[in-house]
Amino acid sequence: MQSLTNRKKVVGKKEMTWVEKLYLPAIFGGMRITLKHMFSKKTTISYPEQKREFSQIYRGMHVLKRDEKGAERCTACGLCAVACPAEAITMVAAERKKGEENLYREEKYAAVYEINMLRCIFCGDCEDACPKESIFLTDRIVPSDFERNEFVYGKDKLVETLENPIDISKRQTAEVLEFKKNKKLTHNR
Amino acid sequence: MFTPDLIFKVVLILSIFVITLVIAMYSTYGERKIAAFMQDRLGPNRAGIFGILQPLADGVKMFMKEELIPDISNKVLFILGPCLAMTTALMTSVIIPWGSTINIFGSDFSLQVTDLNIGVLYVFAVTSIGVYGIMIGGWASNNKYSLLGALRASSQMISYEIAMGLAIIALIMSTGTLSLKEISAAQSGFHWNIFVQPLGFLIFIICSFAETNRAPFDLPECETELIGGYHTEYSSMKLGFYLFAEYINMFIASAVISTLYFGGYNFPFMNDMGLSSNAITILGVVFLFAKIFFFIFFFMWIRWTIPRFRYDQLMRLGWTVLIPLAIFNILLTGAIIFATNN
Repeated sequence: MQSLTNRKKVVGKKEMTWVEKLYLPAIFGGMRITLKHMFSKKTTISYPEQKREFSQIYRGMHVLKRDEKGAERCTACGLCAVACPAEAITMVAAERKKGEENLYREEKYAAVYEINMLRCIFCGDCEDACPKESIFLTDRIVPSDFERNEFVYGKDKLVETLENPIDISKRQTAEVLEFKKNKKLTHNR
Repeated sequence: MFTPDLIFKVVLILSIFVITLVIAMYSTYGERKIAAFMQDRLGPNRAGIFGILQPLADGVKMFMKEELIPDISNKVLFILGPCLAMTTALMTSVIIPWGSTINIFGSDFSLQVTDLNIGVLYVFAVTSIGVYGIMIGGWASNNKYSLLGALRASSQMISYEIAMGLAIIALIMSTGTLSLKEISAAQSGFHWNIFVQPLGFLIFIICSFAETNRAPFDLPECETELIGGYHTEYSSMKLGFYLFAEYINMFIASAVISTLYFGGYNFPFMNDMGLSSNAITILGVVFLFAKIFFFIFFFMWIRWTIPRFRYDQLMRLGWTVLIPLAIFNILLTGAIIFATNN
């Protein structure tokens, strides 16, 4: 059969030559390699001080965005929960009262919005499904914890604060923006 | 009673004791660092700057661990094992000449605790007792892995001691003395024994790897096959003693190799630089320790390069390669001595 990589070697039961039987040249060769590695660049990343550089479109912890006036974009339509293959998202919808227009953008909002980070597979389908450009995945890491309950993230952890908006422009690549213009798809209307 | 000579000896013994322990302590750190560097990692670097306090942290950990003595073990021998391993490891350092004589307040002191006229034999005697520490510990544990490790250790050490002894015989034939002090003194300048006995040196260093139970001959502990070998059942500081004894043995083996084959405290052009005798002695001590550190590094370098031998390969190498080679070396040395004398 044709070899795919051309790297295969036929192993023969060849008698070793006298020099090979001494093993010393092979040992010195090995020692040369290990010594070379002693002075080569180390691959360790000392985590808390140094951080690995992520891809521009890394899919990490979610954020619920606010609009330009600081009101929450989410209308609790539930499309993200339906789209979620891991069934990690749950929410409870509520009606906006009078005087809350600066808090919620539309008449309906999510009173409770929870993502179970242990179930989440960080596929980004919720982001695709969202018609209001509310939920996005970011390059932040979900930190470890000791309790299972601590991994169910509520609105307190998911909604961005007014003082500290989360930049999601890196995930808005040219292809995504082009896709969002496609008015044939229902959620882009 | 307190003659200057006695006071000097006590100070020398204490300082050698402390230096041995400190070097053994930092060998554990060095081993982890070198292992890490050879595998493109950083190694321990959190305890203190560059992880320099790591051995202290390890020591504290060892002392704080729960001390277990298995019910079915022989308790007396179980405790005796690590004590014996540690004692014999520390005993060899008395006959190493750490330097020539030093002149303090007009009187000469030798930087060697005692100069036995059978120094080389003493080294062999003590390392042979060292195997009892391992054997007793492994047998007293009453555990099949410990017993297997102990069996392997004893048969390995006995086999390799023969080849080692034969390699030394050739060296003694060319130097004409058993005293380490005279062997050192005879190598003054650059007349090191390695140039006289290259084959003997090769046999000796391979055997010292086997004698100190270091890779590629670390079959007695062999963690992938025997869990921990002879110290499987040990915990806390008794385990620490075994591990520590191995590093002390490595230090002593390096010192013996440096003394026998690499000129001990001698260094090239030592008598041509016009230095005072005290300066030469102190420089000699520095050079001896540089050689020792190089060999400790060499031990670790080999450990992280070569995989472990299989047990039958180990025995075959010892009995059918090293011993005939050592006998051939003796014959060769004898022939050369005979030819040059006539």
